[in-house]
Amino acid sequence: MLIPHPILGPRDAQEFVYLGDAALIDRPDGMTAGVEEFHDYLYQRDNPAGVHRELWYHEQGDRSWLVVTRDTVTHEILGAELARDVARARGRSK
Amino acid sequence: MQYSGLRVIWEGLTGQKGWGPMWRDPAPKTTYDMVIIGGGGHGLSTAYYLAREHGITNIAVLEKGYLGGGNIGRNTTIVRANYFLPGNSEFYSHSLKLWEGLEQDLNYNVMHSQRGLINLFHSDGQRDAFVRRGNAMINQGDDAILLDREGVRRYLPYLDFDNTRFPIYGGLYHPRGGTARHDAVAWGYARGADQRGVDLIQNCEVTGIDIENGRVTGVQTTRGAIRAKKVGIVVAGRSSQVAAMAGMRLPIESHVLQAFVTEGLKPVIDHVVSFGMGHFYISQSDKGGLVFGGDLDFYASYAARGNLPMVEHVMEAGMALMPMIGKAKVLRSWGGIMDMSPDGSPMIDRTHVEGLYLNCGWNYGGFKAVPASGHCFAHLMATDRPHEAATGFRLDRFATGRGLMDEEGTGAQHNLH
Repeated sequence: MLIPHPILGPRDAQEFVYLGDAALIDRPDGMTAGVEEFHDYLYQRDNPAGVHRELWYHEQGDRSWLVVTRDTVTHEILGAELARDVARARGRSK
Repeated sequence: MQYSGLRVIWEGLTGQKGWGPMWRDPAPKTTYDMVIIGGGGHGLSTAYYLAREHGITNIAVLEKGYLGGGNIGRNTTIVRANYFLPGNSEFYSHSLKLWEGLEQDLNYNVMHSQRGLINLFHSDGQRDAFVRRGNAMINQGDDAILLDREGVRRYLPYLDFDNTRFPIYGGLYHPRGGTARHDAVAWGYARGADQRGVDLIQNCEVTGIDIENGRVTGVQTTRGAIRAKKVGIVVAGRSSQVAAMAGMRLPIESHVLQAFVTEGLKPVIDHVVSFGMGHFYISQSDKGGLVFGGDLDFYASYAARGNLPMVEHVMEAGMALMPMIGKAKVLRSWGGIMDMSPDGSPMIDRTHVEGLYLNCGWNYGGFKAVPASGHCFAHLMATDRPHEAATGFRLDRFATGRGLMDEEGTGAQHNLH
């Protein structure tokens, strides 16, 4: 699988470490969220068969986190963006 | 039809005309007492034990493809009971005992071969961990023998003992471990369930689960609606999709695990050899093919096939361990869809819906569990109480923090198993 890195161009997926669903960007607020919310965040997954937005870390490269859109049934990679941009677009400060 | 040696001889003398199909191909009825979703190893064994142990025979097993077409037909066939933690230990011990009586019980040759399993270690620290694991296995009533380097050499003279990165210090020998013919396990359970009146319905995909007032009332399928008092979900890698029909999200990620087989060779590997540091394990099938596998590809996947980097990694690990296999030609490779749980252990439990039960989270180790998984799930569905060998497989353990079974000691986190 080749991941189209937004800065570095196409990179072999082997350079990356996979974390999981991009929803992990939306970590609950530790000061206000309850146990149930954190349980859902840490353990429960949508686990879709089809298009999946997921976090990949470019460990063997520029150490950036990407949000990769990939089809879990065919392994086709549909796009990649910097996780930082995705998080900021959702209102996160960093 | 009972199978026996006499029967084989008689059919041989009379032109093989007496063999019939091993199970019927019934159309689904509109109502059953229980419906099992998933006609793989675990689903078929559940139906078998429901009929045999609990006398419940008005059951349908619904399979979207063909019987045994999923992970039961895609694994590396290893049977073992070498688990460490309470919760897992008693369960896999129970499973191995069922394996040991399985062929007589099913009247079916599943080619269960207790050829022994040897887990290798490569450092003093790892030896300590294996001593501890071996003691846990013995305490559970199973067998474990610690082998030093020369002990391993006696059994496995062909290994590269002086590998620079992972020199072999010894191994933990589990004589009752071994292999079985994976497809035959599914077929044996299917035949046994069918003989007891269970309807095995293929090409029947479940598209919805009917729930009224918090109670399951049946399922919608591609072959019509089926009403049932109790429904069991046993669908491995597809658990998230089927559970979603009942409004559930599961602590499951589906990943791909690859396996490989070479052309048939003369007998050369007499045991199951597990090389944990290289993520490599191997045995030789009765046809002669070397059957081996490695680690997950480590990304979510429903493709039932993996990518080349992991193929290369597995081949490298094999060559590091036993250079003699370098000239064997790989015949096939394939992948299975693994239902990975956060702590690497399964769930056999009730759900928030009355009459709806869940059996999933078998990670990359479901094959050896097939007998006990079905046995314990049948017990749960029939009596509404967990079987004593499977009390730890709670669905809510990630919420309560009670009874996490993190066998690998890496932490109960999705991307670490």
